[in-house]
Amino acid sequence: MAAGVAAWLPFARAAAIGWMPVANLPMPIAPTEKNKRQDELIILNVSGRRFQTWRNTLDRYPDTLLGSSEKEFFYNEETKEYFFDRDPDVFRSVLNFYRTGKLHYPRYECISSYDEELAFFGIVPEIIGDCCYEEYKDRKRENVERLMDDQEDNKDAKLPNMTFRETMWRAFENPHTSTMALVFYYVTGFFIAVSVITNVVETVPCGSAPNQKEVPCGERYTVAFFCMDTACVMIFTVEYLMRLYAAPNRYRFMRSVMSIIDVVAILPYYIGLVMTDNEDVSGAFVTLRVFRVFRIFKFSRHSQGLRILGYTLKSCASELGFLLFSLTMAIIIFATVMFYAEKGSSSSKFTSIPASFWYTIVTMTTLGYGDMVPKTIAGKIFGSICSLSGVLVIALPVPVIVSNFSRIYHQNQRADKRRAQKMQKARLARIRLSKTGSSNAFLHSKRNGLFNEALELTGNTEEEKCLSKSTSLIESQHHHLLHCLEKTTNHEFVDEQYYQQSYLEAGLQNYPSQSPSLSSQDGVTGTCCTRRSKKRHTPLPNASAPAHMQPLTHTHTHQQGLQELSTIHIQPLSTSRSSLNMRIDEPAPLNCQSSQITTAIISIPTPPVTTPEGDAHLPAGPTHQNVVKVSAL
Amino acid sequence: MEAKRVETVSARVDAAVSSTDSVEDELELSAVRHRPEGLEQLEAQTRFSRKELQILYRGFKNECPSGVVNEDTFKDIYAQFFPQGDASTYAHFLFNAFDTDHNGSVSFEDFVMGLSILLRGTVQEKLIWAFNLYDINKDGYITKEEMLDIMKAIYDMMGKCTYPVLKEETPRQHVEVFFQKMDKNKDGVVTIDEFIDCCQNDENIMRSMHLFENVL
Repeated sequence: MAAGVAAWLPFARAAAIGWMPVANLPMPIAPTEKNKRQDELIILNVSGRRFQTWRNTLDRYPDTLLGSSEKEFFYNEETKEYFFDRDPDVFRSVLNFYRTGKLHYPRYECISSYDEELAFFGIVPEIIGDCCYEEYKDRKRENVERLMDDQEDNKDAKLPNMTFRETMWRAFENPHTSTMALVFYYVTGFFIAVSVITNVVETVPCGSAPNQKEVPCGERYTVAFFCMDTACVMIFTVEYLMRLYAAPNRYRFMRSVMSIIDVVAILPYYIGLVMTDNEDVSGAFVTLRVFRVFRIFKFSRHSQGLRILGYTLKSCASELGFLLFSLTMAIIIFATVMFYAEKGSSSSKFTSIPASFWYTIVTMTTLGYGDMVPKTIAGKIFGSICSLSGVLVIALPVPVIVSNFSRIYHQNQRADKRRAQKMQKARLARIRLSKTGSSNAFLHSKRNGLFNEALELTGNTEEEKCLSKSTSLIESQHHHLLHCLEKTTNHEFVDEQYYQQSYLEAGLQNYPSQSPSLSSQDGVTGTCCTRRSKKRHTPLPNASAPAHMQPLTHTHTHQQGLQELSTIHIQPLSTSRSSLNMRIDEPAPLNCQSSQITTAIISIPTPPVTTPEGDAHLPAGPTHQNVVKVSAL
Repeated sequence: MEAKRVETVSARVDAAVSSTDSVEDELELSAVRHRPEGLEQLEAQTRFSRKELQILYRGFKNECPSGVVNEDTFKDIYAQFFPQGDASTYAHFLFNAFDTDHNGSVSFEDFVMGLSILLRGTVQEKLIWAFNLYDINKDGYITKEEMLDIMKAIYDMMGKCTYPVLKEETPRQHVEVFFQKMDKNKDGVVTIDEFIDCCQNDENIMRSMHLFENVL
């Protein structure tokens, strides 16, 4: 129940008078305020700044520090105020939460100090309103990340008892861990550079001997280049094998991008070794050499920026795809148009539509080589349209890609996003829990309430004190209201699961007589019992035990459940309801004593009085017996 | 002594609903604002003390800063007390019962008058109020259809998960029982005199009328 709405509770209760003439049963007694106080102002002194509010405002959230009796620990007798030695700025938000029911996160506050204050005052951060929740979560995530980074730096101290393999893997992944790793890192970097430069220089024409045409250096100094190549490939191979050995998950390593690049980089050499003698395929072999350029990609292990770029391109795949698609469309359109426009002119280079593709691409990207130019007027008109539109088509997706890059650069990694998603789920679950908490609270306190009434009737005061569970006055009034509704309609609020069960039974059974239902219950009992056993069983004591372990009791419940609507049986319900109640926090009634009191109420209109078969209904539960009270009207 | 002032700054046009209105309508300041009569007048008209009126107004204003409750807000507020069921139909009937001048909104005066009858009125007044609630079209008679509507609204508040399971005919049966009790001359409608007579003779109802007297 929201905070402000609590103020409307008197209205809701007054409106319940509308049900009275309709109801056929007597209404439960209203809860009375034991000590009715006029609402008073209380002063909260937070580090010198005084806040004042009504006591009722704070009582809206009884499970926080300010709403419960915990604040009495901070009461200062001389000044008659509550003194908190905390941050007054953050306290503003905390107090506004009580006033408006919404918790806001002030942006200028440090996230960890805010969290601490919330923890101190017993407020769960999940209830931050939607307006501020995203900001809060973002800041929190950044903070956690930063802490993790700090931790990782500390973690890099060598851990003892690492196998040689693990050490090697760590060395490969993070070169700063040891000097060996650093050396290895620089050596491989050097050799990658050497290899790339060799490949490049190989094709440069060196000075030629006179009367001979220019030859590239590769062919002049074949042996030298071959030795260089061999050395590089050997280093790369050794590196690859070492990584393969050290990898914790070899299969995954072999599938990773970097290892594929490694393999592609060294494969041409080996293939070349194998097939030097065959003339036909040596041509193919030459082209394989082009793959040696992939060695340059090995640098991405050394450069973080390169990795981010690669990642960006991968994540912008859809934008890139769109760019490509729109370009293709435009190219085809314009190529077709240009082809038909230039068809008339003689000696036109636009021999076919695919031939016009080249012109279109060169024009649209504003390159304009000039090897193909339109000669007809129509061709020139369309050519100019083509170049103008080219600028647009290319300019549009590019900012998207750029913004993606910067977003990813500043954004967290996928793992953190996943973690955030988990937190979102948890948050929704908690909010849902608090929402259902209100209806559960009613079912749960109904038991206590019944218990209370029965205790009052028996006059057993010690046990009354045992019921230490103090629901706030507002809550008890709310529950009284719901109770009145139950009496008006002659039906009870129950838990979802119990409802499904009784629905199931109601479908199976059509007659209220006892004996047939007993026999036919067996089948149903099975399901019910199994369903119950599936429920999480906290050490909810004896109350759940009988309903759970005693098919006899169970049967009894069901057969009574089939009676006509106008009869209410609280007795069977109390056993079942308690088993449905997942709350762990009710040791009170059950620890203190050993009798479970149930009440059966019989209504006027239906003659068949069902005497509560409580006598027969003796659960063999170890700790209690049933005492049944009948209150007739 | 403040004279009652209804400041209608401008009616706020909901942007989602009507798109044809000019921009100025939306820019004009939001809601209807309503200031209630002075405290003394309300004190005279109702049976609440000054302090009680203060408490009531604070709660009222908190939830409805504009000073009036419209039907949707009313339904929202009422629905929060009955999380398991659907309280909107009954809230609708309640709203009509509180909105005595039928202008579509409940002001603080309406609210407090209604509460005054319900919490501090005589049994007679309360019964008249209840009759008014049931008599949906305010013609002085409660017909079976009206009663059925009310009954269904009440049962709707229970929601789905009840024990025993709510059946279709339950409200109807309940209405039958009610009419058997109330309709003395068996003419199919319940008049206000029949209603009051019958209620006064019924112990349960009499007792329950005093139930909420210590509220507030």
